[in-house]
Amino acid sequence: MSASAIFILDLKGKVLICRNYMGNMDMNEIDHFMPILMKREEEAEMTPLVSHGSSHFLWIKHSNLYLVAMTKKNANAALVYSFLYRIVQVFKEYFKELEEESIRDNFVTVYELMDEVMDFGFPQTTESKILQE
Amino acid sequence: MTDSKYFTTNKKGEIFELKAELNNEKKEKRKEAVKKVIAAMTVGKDVRYTSRLDFECYLGSFHPSIFYFFSQDCEDPNPLIRALAVRTMGCIRVDKITEYLCEPLRKCLKDEDPYVRKTAAVCVAKLHDINAQMVEDQGFLDSLRDLIADSNPMVVANAVAALSEISESHPNSNLLDLNPQNINKLLTALNECTEWGQIFILDCLSNYNPKDDREAQSICERVTPRLSHANSAVVLSAVKVLMKFLELLPKDSDYYNTLLKKLSPPLVTLLSGEPEVQYVALRNINLIVQKRPEILKQEIKVFFVKYNDPIYVKLEKLDIMIRLASQANIAQVLAELKEYATEVDVDFVRKAVRAIGRCAIKVEQSAERCVSTLLDLIQTKVNYVVQEAIVVIRDIFRKYPNKYESIIATLCENLDSLDEPDARGAMIWIVGEYAERIDNADELLESFLEGFHDESTQVSWLKRTDVQVLVNSFFSFPHQDSDNPDLRDRGYIYWRLLSTDPVTAKEVVLSEKPLISEETDLIEPTLLDELICHIGSLASVYHKPPSAFVEGSHGIHRKHLPVQHSSIDTGESPVSGGPAAAMDQPHVIPSQGDLLGDLLNLDLGPPVNVPQVSSMQMGAVDLLGGGLDSLVGQNFIPSSVPSTFAPSPTPAPPAVSSGLNDLFELSTGMAIATGGFVAPKAVWLPAVKAKGLEISGTFSRRQGHMYMDMSFTNKALQHMNDFAVQFNKNSFGVIPTSPLPIHTPLMPNQSIEVSLPVNTIGPVMKMDPLNNLQVQDSFKCGLPQGSVLGPKSFILYLNDIFAVSNILKFIMFADDTNVFFSGNNMDEIIKDLVNVKGLHIIYSSLILPYLSCSEIWGNASKTNIDKLVKLEKNNL
Repeated sequence: MSASAIFILDLKGKVLICRNYMGNMDMNEIDHFMPILMKREEEAEMTPLVSHGSSHFLWIKHSNLYLVAMTKKNANAALVYSFLYRIVQVFKEYFKELEEESIRDNFVTVYELMDEVMDFGFPQTTESKILQE
Repeated sequence: MTDSKYFTTNKKGEIFELKAELNNEKKEKRKEAVKKVIAAMTVGKDVRYTSRLDFECYLGSFHPSIFYFFSQDCEDPNPLIRALAVRTMGCIRVDKITEYLCEPLRKCLKDEDPYVRKTAAVCVAKLHDINAQMVEDQGFLDSLRDLIADSNPMVVANAVAALSEISESHPNSNLLDLNPQNINKLLTALNECTEWGQIFILDCLSNYNPKDDREAQSICERVTPRLSHANSAVVLSAVKVLMKFLELLPKDSDYYNTLLKKLSPPLVTLLSGEPEVQYVALRNINLIVQKRPEILKQEIKVFFVKYNDPIYVKLEKLDIMIRLASQANIAQVLAELKEYATEVDVDFVRKAVRAIGRCAIKVEQSAERCVSTLLDLIQTKVNYVVQEAIVVIRDIFRKYPNKYESIIATLCENLDSLDEPDARGAMIWIVGEYAERIDNADELLESFLEGFHDESTQVSWLKRTDVQVLVNSFFSFPHQDSDNPDLRDRGYIYWRLLSTDPVTAKEVVLSEKPLISEETDLIEPTLLDELICHIGSLASVYHKPPSAFVEGSHGIHRKHLPVQHSSIDTGESPVSGGPAAAMDQPHVIPSQGDLLGDLLNLDLGPPVNVPQVSSMQMGAVDLLGGGLDSLVGQNFIPSSVPSTFAPSPTPAPPAVSSGLNDLFELSTGMAIATGGFVAPKAVWLPAVKAKGLEISGTFSRRQGHMYMDMSFTNKALQHMNDFAVQFNKNSFGVIPTSPLPIHTPLMPNQSIEVSLPVNTIGPVMKMDPLNNLQVQDSFKCGLPQGSVLGPKSFILYLNDIFAVSNILKFIMFADDTNVFFSGNNMDEIIKDLVNVKGLHIIYSSLILPYLSCSEIWGNASKTNIDKLVKLEKNNL
């Protein structure tokens, strides 16, 4: 009941990190995300939940990054958003600052962390103490 | 970790290197290469570049070594390695490999280290996604169920999550098999696991149906501490469980009231979270306030908008503010709304002005104040504010006619600034409605007239309606110049009406307008109940059921609130051993076309109200007829009726005969006690299926006459009237002897008892008795077949059907509508669309509810499914 995939995008919508957890969605769907968002911004109809056909995007913004969770099912929205904020927190603890630079410099750690914090769409451990072990 | 070196950055060159390595002679090198590829797959990188066929070949030839590799790692002394191996196994979505992974997985499920076990639990879910049959055959589901009793709470949580995920695709099977023992284990784990685990467990609990109110109460007591968790998702899931279980608690108990009070503070706290979380919370609070307004009615201040809220949060808060507005707090609310109307954001200001109007309509005593606020806003001369205000004032006039006419003068002064169609339309309506009181009404209308050609259709519609000043020339315009055929038609109608009979025209146009309802945008009660079961999920944010936006979900279990077993509206088979005779139920709408034909040919002896074939029939229950039992999750009539009216004569209580004929033969030797045995009323038509009308009934015999005793209960929001019953030819010849005695309208939440005398002298149709009851109530209004207004009504009513779903594509023609549903695999589509009896799942779960909202009856016999297949050239 959770996210199928998580992406970290830069301000232009280019994919920096992509992590497919469930394998049931087409990763190219993310290309639709940015145009829809731009259109919404123009029409002043921003919502944190955007959909394109049967793909649903739940997104948050942090400094110059967009963190987007993609799902096809009736995911638990509250869970996904709190999870996205939590991984921002985790990254900040590891990298002090979370922005585009920090992602590019720490590719490997980012992937490792994303591996640990979520499995098959279910959030796992997000406590930094446990993660560091 | 030894394998971390495989998690290197992705370069295309690397893939080719891997290919070369996989071809290497040395086994060790090949093994390393395979590890690398697998690692690459683990991070979700696209190794399809290698061409999947190649990779599978390599893997195919490496079956033994894959097995070796994994089973080695699964027995590594380091638990982290074992866990990583398990996790990696699940990510390989290649069918051939998965068989080799069963043994290692089985071992890991029973591993001594909880970290490994929890990873293994998730792996079962992954495997199920790849090959469901294998997972079931190998007995992994049982192992998962055993893990629910594990000592480590994280393992329990993951097992629960995995089972929930698997049961999403197997809606009917009771995979989780919740019973009081494992509920207890879940509740114990709830206190000890991480926040995410708590969410899994709470979501799982919300699907459990406690057997009585005491069990419900004890679970509620253990869930309530979660309401103070810092994570909003935990709080929302806990709220979901409590809202569902509240249905089962007795309403007058102390605990019930305490629980209601406890629900309020956590909902308020949710609003101090991050904006996206606030948005989800607000959309859910909207549902909760509609369902149980008493929870938040004191907390309206919390929903006052902050200046730095994002627009989506502001709009939601505004909506909730209005729902909570009441006589007690209206003064504060109006003050706030007035301030909002001076803000910068145009959308928000418009909504605020509209909100003022809604408050006026909702709280009568405040109408005066609202009107004066609106007048003040009009004086600001801000263009969009003025326009919005006029629209709103029109609604206020509709609701409170003849009360605020003094302001009309002010309104007329602002005529020139109106350029939006809604606003102009509203103004015209006002002028038309109060034409007698406006001296220069005809002048004003003329000024509108000049702009006629340019105006949009909507304004023109309204013009037609309200012209009471007879200006013949007015009507000559549209005949020639208007492009819009609807406009022309309307013009013709009014022109002819006016020229032939002005008096009647006056009556028609000046007739009673329908009342404006107090609450706009209320969600239908049955949809609301379903959404409450999905609190926290996307459905609750969209305010649509999952079937509307999730592909392939049409077979999925529709959730419903638990029902108290003591009440009669369970829809489950309540009675065992009733009149055992095989009774054919009077079905009012035939399920086959031929029966309809017979109906029309029937010579019905006693006067029966024959309903006109109208487009305003309620709840098209019949069309789903026998296919209803396949509508998952609804215990509908076919199951409730047979046990009461079973076809095979079972030994019944002595007072009633068991033979088919005896029930009707009044002259048997059986001593029938006065009154005899009367089965309790069974629900014949649950409210869910008939847009809020619930009918429960039974047959009884008194003093030698047969009666059909029914209770009609109105569970919808509007009052119902014009009831009629009609019996089709049936195998027993049952027919009523007098019209249905319901004469007064049935108000919402009202129930009446009706006793309809019947006998068996009616026409008999020789057929096997049917066991299903189809009930319909018709209205004495509608359009005759072939009328001109028919297609127009059709178009008007179905105009927004496309909004029903994101997945379906609609093409709308003048007299029918096509729905397109596409997918990659024909079998998949058929599975989604069509159930065993050939009925349309989409039709019944999406389109029918939409239709029933406008009280339209869909005709399934005229609905076809066509399969369109793309021809593939290489398939020849």
